[in-house]
Formats: sequence, structure tokens, C-alpha cells
Amino acid sequence: MNAATIIFLILATLLVISSLMVVFLRRVVHCAMALVVALLLIAILFITLQAPMVGILQVMVYAGAIMVLFLFVIMFLNPTALEQPSTARWGLAVILSVLLGAFLVPLLSQYEPGENPVSSTELFGSPDVLAKSLFGEFVLPFEIASVLLLVAIIGAVVLAKREHGSDGAA
Amino acid sequence: MVPLNFYLILSAIIFAIGVVGVLIRRNLIVVLMSIELMLNAVNLTFIAFARHLGSMAGQVAVFFVMAVAAAEAVIGLAIIISVFRQTRTLDPQNMQLLKW
Amino acid sequence: MVLNLAGVLGWVERKGSALIQDRIGANRASVFGFAGMGLVNTLIADPLKFLTKEDFIPAAGDKLLHTLAPCMALFPALVTFAVIPFGDVLILGDRVINLQVANLNIGILYVFAMGSLGVYGIVIGAWASNNKFSLLGGVRGSAQMISYEVAMGLSVMGVLMVYATLDLQEIARDQGMLIRELLPARLDFLQPVIGWLPAWGVFLQPLAFLLFFTAAVAETKRIPFDLPEGESELVAGYHVEYSGGKFLMFFAGEFAEVVTAAGLVTTLFFGGWQVPYLMRDGFHFPWGSIWLLPHLAVVVLQVAAFTMKVLFFCWLQILLRWSVPRFRYDQVMRLGWKMMLPLALLNVAVTAVIIVAAQ
Repeated sequence: MNAATIIFLILATLLVISSLMVVFLRRVVHCAMALVVALLLIAILFITLQAPMVGILQVMVYAGAIMVLFLFVIMFLNPTALEQPSTARWGLAVILSVLLGAFLVPLLSQYEPGENPVSSTELFGSPDVLAKSLFGEFVLPFEIASVLLLVAIIGAVVLAKREHGSDGAA
Repeated sequence: MVPLNFYLILSAIIFAIGVVGVLIRRNLIVVLMSIELMLNAVNLTFIAFARHLGSMAGQVAVFFVMAVAAAEAVIGLAIIISVFRQTRTLDPQNMQLLKW
Repeated sequence: MVLNLAGVLGWVERKGSALIQDRIGANRASVFGFAGMGLVNTLIADPLKFLTKEDFIPAAGDKLLHTLAPCMALFPALVTFAVIPFGDVLILGDRVINLQVANLNIGILYVFAMGSLGVYGIVIGAWASNNKFSLLGGVRGSAQMISYEVAMGLSVMGVLMVYATLDLQEIARDQGMLIRELLPARLDFLQPVIGWLPAWGVFLQPLAFLLFFTAAVAETKRIPFDLPEGESELVAGYHVEYSGGKFLMFFAGEFAEVVTAAGLVTTLFFGGWQVPYLMRDGFHFPWGSIWLLPHLAVVVLQVAAFTMKVLFFCWLQILLRWSVPRFRYDQVMRLGWKMMLPLALLNVAVTAVIIVAAQ
């Protein structure tokens, strides 16, 4: 058991705990904060996996912007008064999910990496290499992703616009 | 170096937890958050493989998954806001409009 | 250092504002008759007052989040300072110490990531108070913060393109060159005019400096972008329900952010720890003369230069606070999205054109 494994186990335990909190807590704001913690832990895992750029992007984009958006919507809608007891077929759902987990876990733990992991260079996950890949091999998906984001912005504005003369007082 | 299997098992567990969240919570926002959790589990798998195979394609894939997840979260939340304005509830059980 | 400076800044703010407003400021508390120009009042009496006040949590509020929110507001402000370099390397014997707490190759992105996390303190603080005014202030504040994050990021893009690196220590080091060395052949006619200036960000990207400084002040929610706090309108806005130690944390967080913003502006635009013409072994003036200095003297000069620049920008922000009226909220949003964002994009485009044309 070296230090890397111990750090991984600590992070993994915290991550599982916060994911369980996301799913099982009663108040939605607490669930959102638990998800923020989970995202930050995943970002730390990314950084230990030699992907510093993607890790920081995860903090900036996911934990920094998307979750703030979630919190805005939660506060705007104020659904604490609307929280329903979450007992809709939970037994069946838990059984199915445990089956899913039990199916995936042995399958994945039998994975044998073909050769020794390729020793990566110092620059493996750095912004330079990521940028070269993005603008080199993957420039077409990059452009498509930017169009997708533009469409999402326009769509969100159109969808959330209040229509004139509507009687809802939201 | 931590073996790849550990990361894969962790991702599978997080994914399964996300699935539980989607199936049993009766609040649309928490369902959306569980979907984000599933996406992140997949991201973790991608990054783990990228590191173990020495290929940058995994990290680029995560980049795009993050962009798509952002777009999807935005649209999902906009839809939730519009639906809330119509039905005043966030419970998916009350929105089964095709069934009278 | 940041926390010490935050405390001192509190004193500077009170006395400085008093000076600007033609009054005396705080001078009542004294130790054995020694009032120390209000220092005793601010640095000793105020913290004592804050720490011993009753700490209440609103009855219908969210207890856990109420306690957590001030920590979430303070933490990113302090942590951001880890990547700001306050000096070049310090060579003691054969150990080379890089005078920067954490040398990340993604330096400036870390700053933006921590800035994004700073929004949570506001949002959760406002929510946990279970108070409509507080929530209003919090939502306004966080919307303002995320809008100006975008403008901040884009205005820095121009700087990143010029220096071609994300690492703050590298950016500070690259500003030691003279513009003469950076000028492409086609622009040689400019050499006698600006060639002798060091390649500081403010000379190479003046528009970006203005945009970034404005966006940084807006991020810290100080006047003139003060509406979330709204001292005369919303009765302290999102932190109205906090007292005692928690309010102190919010307050200290704000001053720490002032210091961080000043540190970022100096590193990106004003050369960080660079003294003009000071290389690692001494002064190399552009007219040819060279003064050699021992290494320790160089390091001390560089750290002192950094400190003085940071202090200057802190003072500038305090001055700004007491001189300029407050923006209205829709003016704040309009400024951020309709004016700063297009200007930042224009800056990036023009910089790109110049860089490509110069090769």
C-alpha cells in the first residue's frame, strides 16, 4: 500500500459518501452542495490521474458554473415546500441498481491492461498537449461543440422566457 | 501507481448510485443532478483509461462530455422552469399527461 | 501575509475614508491612553468586538449551511494567493527556492477556478438566512460575480496570448524583457519610442488592464459594484443575518479578495516582482551601464517591489470605494455583458491579428 493508493482510497470513500448524500438527502439544497463536493473530489482525482487541465476545467465549469446554475434554479423555484417523500418504488429501484453494480463491478475488475501502462511524459495532461489535440485531430468536434453550446444558449433563453400576458406569477 | 481496476470499480459504483437517484427521487432537479453524477462517473473512466493507455483522446473526450453536459444541464433546467410554471410542481409523477 | 494585510487594510480603509471624507475616523479605543491613530481601534478592538458578539442562527434558517457559508466565502480568497509569485528564485547555497507557494503549470486557470468557487459563499449565505432581502442580495451578488468572471477570463486571454503561457511565474519572468526584444522587424520604427520600456502587461495590453481591473473590482463586490451589499439599501444584503465571528469571516474574506485582486493585477500587468531593468545579477540599463548586485539584494528588491505594487493597488481600490457612486444593478449587468464582453473579445481579436502579422 503506497501513498498513492491510500490517497485514492480516501478520495474514493469520500466520493461514494457524497454521491450517496446527493441521492438520499431530503432538502434539495443539501443535495446540490453534496454534488459540488463530489465534483470537487472528482476534479482532485483527475489531477492525480495526470489530467491537470481537465481537472481545473471541471472545477471551473462543472463545480463553478453548472452547479451555481442549479442553485439559482433551486432558489428561484423554492421547492422545499414541494419535496415529496421519495418512496416511489424505491425497493425495486435499489434492487435494480445493486444488480447493475454487481454486474459491472466483476466485469470491470477482470480488465487486464495488455501491457505495462505507457509511461507518460511530463507534459501528458498539460494545456499544451490538450490544446494541440483539440485543434489538431479533434478540431471538427470542437467546432460542433461550440455550435451546440450556442444552440443551448439560445434554446435556454427561449424556453425560460416568460410569455407576455401569462397569468403565472412565478 | 493505482491499478486501473480501482478507478473502473469506483466509476461503476458512482454510476449505479446515479441510476438509483434517477429512479427513486421524485424531484426533477435531483433527477437532473443524478444524471450529472452519472456523466461524471463516465468522465472518470475516460480519464483513467487515457492515463493508462497514454492517449490524449480520453482527455479530449472528457472535454467534450463536459461541454455537452453543460448544454444539457442548461436546457434541462430551462425545461424544468417552464414545466414548473405550468404545473406548479416538480414531481415527475404528476406530469404523466399522456395518461388521463 | 494575506491575512495580516487584510487586517491592515481594514485600518487603512477606515482612516483613509475618513481622510477623504474630511473627518477623523475611529479613534475612541485606547490602551493606556495610547490611541495609535486608530490602529488600536481597528486591529484590536474591532476583532475582539466581532469575536465576542453573540452568534445567532436564524430559527427557520438552515443551520448547517449558515455556519458553512462564511468559510466558503473566505476559503477561495485566501487560497488563490498560492499561485501568485512574489519573487524570482532565491538561491541559498545550492537550493533553488521558487518564491511562489505552488508552481502549477495551469497557474491562472486555478485562479479562475477559485473565483468560481467564491460564488458559493454568497449563494449559500443568502439562502441559509431564510430572509427575502438576504436572498435578493445574494442572487444579485452571485449573478454579478459570474457575469464578471466571464469578462475577467476573456480580458486575460489577450495577456496569455502575448506571453504564451499559463504559469504566473513565467508571466512575471517574461515581463523582464524589454519591448525592444519583442518588437518584430516591421515595427522597428517604434523602437526609439517604446523600445526601452520593460515588457509589462500594461504596455502591451492596456485595454486588457482596464477591463481586468474593472472586472476584478466587480468580483470583489466593492463599490462601485456594491449593490449586493447595498449598505444604504439592502441593509448589508446577503450577510445581514450574520453576526460575530461569521461576519468577521465575510469581512476578512472581502479584504483578502482585495489583496488577491491587487496581486493578480500586479502579476499580470505590472511585472509582478520585476523592478524595471533588474536582472538576476544586477541592473542592466538600456543605455548600456550595468550595476552588479549580490543575489540577496536582488531578491529583497524584487520582493519589496512586489509588495509595494500590491499595496498601491489595494490603496487604489480603497480610494475608488470612497470616491465613486454605486452602480445600479441593471447598469452593472449592462456594463458586464454589453460593454466589457465585446471589448474583451475585440481585444483578443486585435491581439491575435497583431501576433500573427508580426511573424
